[in-house]
Amino acid sequence: MSTGESATPLGRVRGLGAAREGGQHWVAERVTSAALLLLGAWFIASLLLLPSLDRGTLIEWLRSPAGAIPMGLFVFTSFVHGLDGMKVVVDDYVHDEGNRFALNTLLLFAAVGAGALALFALARIAFGGQA
Amino acid sequence: MLVSILHRITGGALTVAGLGLLTWWLAAIAGGDQAYADFTSAATHPVGLVVLAGLSWAFFQHTLSGVRHLVMDTGAGFEIGRNKRGAIATVIGALLLTAAFWALLLLGRGA
Repeated sequence: MSTGESATPLGRVRGLGAAREGGQHWVAERVTSAALLLLGAWFIASLLLLPSLDRGTLIEWLRSPAGAIPMGLFVFTSFVHGLDGMKVVVDDYVHDEGNRFALNTLLLFAAVGAGALALFALARIAFGGQA
Repeated sequence: MLVSILHRITGGALTVAGLGLLTWWLAAIAGGDQAYADFTSAATHPVGLVVLAGLSWAFFQHTLSGVRHLVMDTGAGFEIGRNKRGAIATVIGALLLTAAFWALLLLGRGA
């Protein structure tokens, strides 16, 4: 992937490292950042523009593709980015290898579990029958 | 330096408390009128409002310092004066956006 001739430090290390993918986690974190810039702006704007935040209004909103699809992307991308960030913090501050592995595994389980719950709830709203 | 640490603290808060609340909110909407009433009574409790205000500030602070980091990733803005001004701008900007968000949320809807 990298030619080693790039003008920037990032360009030189992309695709390098023992497994040739050492920069991928770093890049992935920035890609989800850019996505969340858009999705986060959409979420904040939605909260402000919805006529009300009562349950009926929210159900109607999340049943429409214009509500359900960005919300699904927002939930999924937020959990991926949050897990990525927590891993960076754990890797920086937890020096014992066993504890680090245990904590990262715990965070992975928590993120996948809560993320699945959130997406299941959204699917139930989006595809649900009568409220 | 301060803003860099703030970025980690707000990121951690958004992940643990923010995603926890987002999940609870969606589960409550799906769960029924009673579940949603339980959520809103917790969210509008003074403690709940402090948490929500804090999370909204954390969101804006993390977003602005995140944009600053994306700019710095390109190698720009490392001159001391400009770097410091950028860091201060994220702190002031986040406070202003938080205030604007709550003003619009509460006044805009007349709630």
